Amino acid sequence: MKYVDEFRNPQLIAKSVDEICQLADPQRHYRLMEVCGGHTHAIYRFGLKDLLPSNIELIHGPGCPVCVLPMGRIDDGLTIAAQPGVVFAAFGDVMRVPGTQGSPLERKARGMDIRIIYSPSDAIKLAKLNPDKHVMFFAIGFETTAPSTALTLLRARAEGLRNFSVFCNHVTIIPAIRAILDSPDMRIDGFIGPGHVSTVIGCRPYEWVAANEGKPIVVSGFEPLDLLQSIVMLLRQLRAGESKVENQYKRVVPWEGNRAALSAIAEVFELRPYFEWRGLGFISQSALRLREEYAQWDAERRFDVPGIRVTDPKAAQCGEVLKGVLKPAQCKLFGRECTPENPVGALMVSSEGSCAAYYNYEHRKSALVTSIGIPT
Amino acid sequence: MPMDFKEEGQHLSGGCRACLTIPGRIIEISPQNPNSAVVDAFGVRRQIDVTLIQDHRPAPGEWVLIHVGFAMSKISETDAIDHLRTLELLGETPAAAQEICSYDWADDKNAPSVE
Repeated sequence: MKYVDEFRNPQLIAKSVDEICQLADPQRHYRLMEVCGGHTHAIYRFGLKDLLPSNIELIHGPGCPVCVLPMGRIDDGLTIAAQPGVVFAAFGDVMRVPGTQGSPLERKARGMDIRIIYSPSDAIKLAKLNPDKHVMFFAIGFETTAPSTALTLLRARAEGLRNFSVFCNHVTIIPAIRAILDSPDMRIDGFIGPGHVSTVIGCRPYEWVAANEGKPIVVSGFEPLDLLQSIVMLLRQLRAGESKVENQYKRVVPWEGNRAALSAIAEVFELRPYFEWRGLGFISQSALRLREEYAQWDAERRFDVPGIRVTDPKAAQCGEVLKGVLKPAQCKLFGRECTPENPVGALMVSSEGSCAAYYNYEHRKSALVTSIGIPT
Repeated sequence: MPMDFKEEGQHLSGGCRACLTIPGRIIEISPQNPNSAVVDAFGVRRQIDVTLIQDHRPAPGEWVLIHVGFAMSKISETDAIDHLRTLELLGETPAAAQEICSYDWADDKNAPSVE
């Protein structure tokens, strides 16, 4: 099988799997949450959960920025974009997120001026190339992406760019973890911490998870071996009755994070009192907005924003899946009305959404298990 | 590959842009702007922003992880090669290469027009 054959260090993979089997108490059921959507994608793509004992359950967390974006925010952004002379610029991830009157891609097909960009800097470039238009960057992402938006805003201010603004949907990961731990229907034994977010925020912000909630957390890389070693580290802690923050991804993630990136975020953004997350509801101090000094570049201040709130389609159970209460295939719409080609819910839009990942890769399960020869 | 804001169909596969990081090797730091660098990634040379790497400034020959046009951290060559391999295994190489190609050309004189 292709993916298993191409694993780097197959002996180390097998050794890690052996260690996991030895560390896992057969009398206990482990629920480990990978917070990051990139990890979810990697876990499915590499078929990692098929290498684990059946009493280790991986719960897919809220770390996919497209998946947690409420439909109302798309509608609000598109309402602004419907005004004459406004250009809606966003990463490709956003383009197929359903709004009540269609996704950005569908609205583009109906004549709205919507552009795909690859960097926030492209939005500035578009604004300069189109001085008669107003370019609104529909910003999404966790702390990984927020610094690039912040630097772009600093540049817009330094250059006095007037026909540019940001519709800010940047969210922060720690309050989401807190909300999950506070949720009465959740029971998580430990967390696989996000890799890229942690390059910015470092490991220190997770210390409260370990200290106050008694949950171990291991910041992990994205290779199969990284993820398996992170699970080993979590199981070692759980077996020893410990709860601390560990950094498996030291080759990229500094314990203290990236000071320049954190400074840029602090310069430009402040915390919103609350923000709605799809599936998790309103979470206090969980998202960023532009500071007053940057009001001129804040689309929510420059334009009338309806503040649309949209309930997800009743049949779609994105919220339960996002919280790990339901598996993707247990949703009534999964694979029927809701597919990666025609997503109803946001978890099916991004390749890092748990539903899309499950849909795309789960069928490889039996072949993987057979080829690696490791019993589950 | 020219930067094209109009053709969207091909951009919709692969990894999430808001999560994707791409290794690139620093070729040159701009003499005019120390926060701008030319990188080589997937065999193409493009400009990126290196403002976020302040503690140990990147130098030509070193590798960085790039996210939406901004270098996020320095990494070793071994880790860069491993990261490229992981992108390949994840099926994200086409999306990553496409993203790199969309960045500003290292030599503006040869850059195609945007619109």
